[in-house]
Amino acid sequence: MITYALAFALVCFGLGLILNLWRLILGPTVADRVLALDTMVVNVIAIIVLYGIQTGLGINFEAAMLFAMTGFVGTVAFCKFLLRGSVIE
Amino acid sequence: MTFALDIILSILLVVGGLFGLTGSYGLIRLKDRMQRLHAPTKASTVGLGTALLASMFHGLMIGTGFSWQEILVMVFIFVTAPITANYLSKVHLQSRHFDGQIPKTGVSRDWSTFDDAPEGPEPQLPQRDS
Repeated sequence: MITYALAFALVCFGLGLILNLWRLILGPTVADRVLALDTMVVNVIAIIVLYGIQTGLGINFEAAMLFAMTGFVGTVAFCKFLLRGSVIE
Repeated sequence: MTFALDIILSILLVVGGLFGLTGSYGLIRLKDRMQRLHAPTKASTVGLGTALLASMFHGLMIGTGFSWQEILVMVFIFVTAPITANYLSKVHLQSRHFDGQIPKTGVSRDWSTFDDAPEGPEPQLPQRDS
């Protein structure tokens, strides 16, 4: 049963990734594109974790943590640049 | 035991997938820029949280024990998601401010996000005579 649930979750998050990509292309403002990128990072972390469940290996944790950190820093840097005109003042 | 674990894992995975899909669908579906900020936060808390919980419980199922390291990712995401949302809403507010869509505050000061008053001169230490 867990195989089907895992496939369902993977399909859901993959579909979400495509919808995020749509918003990334469509987005009227830059802030919408930044939000779409942030959501893409979240979906990719979920896909990595689910792939780790599927393979049964424990090495996917580091990749998920790296994605979380770089996603957060990237989004905050984008927002800071849009707000203030420079990333580090 | 294994069957109960199987049920729990399946429920967690299905709920996480549904919430993740809902968050990404809301990003497309909602009209306003500020509304669009609302949907992906559900995907990042419930969707990713249940996926990480399923990963933690899966360690019990395959016999490697409860894997605690996913808590790190969960805590990091739960702490940083509101900060990201706050920054993005500030960007939205700033861009709408220039369109003149924000109502007036009714007092002499502007909204605190836009209150970018120029700083005064540097405070000087009092002069001491020798």
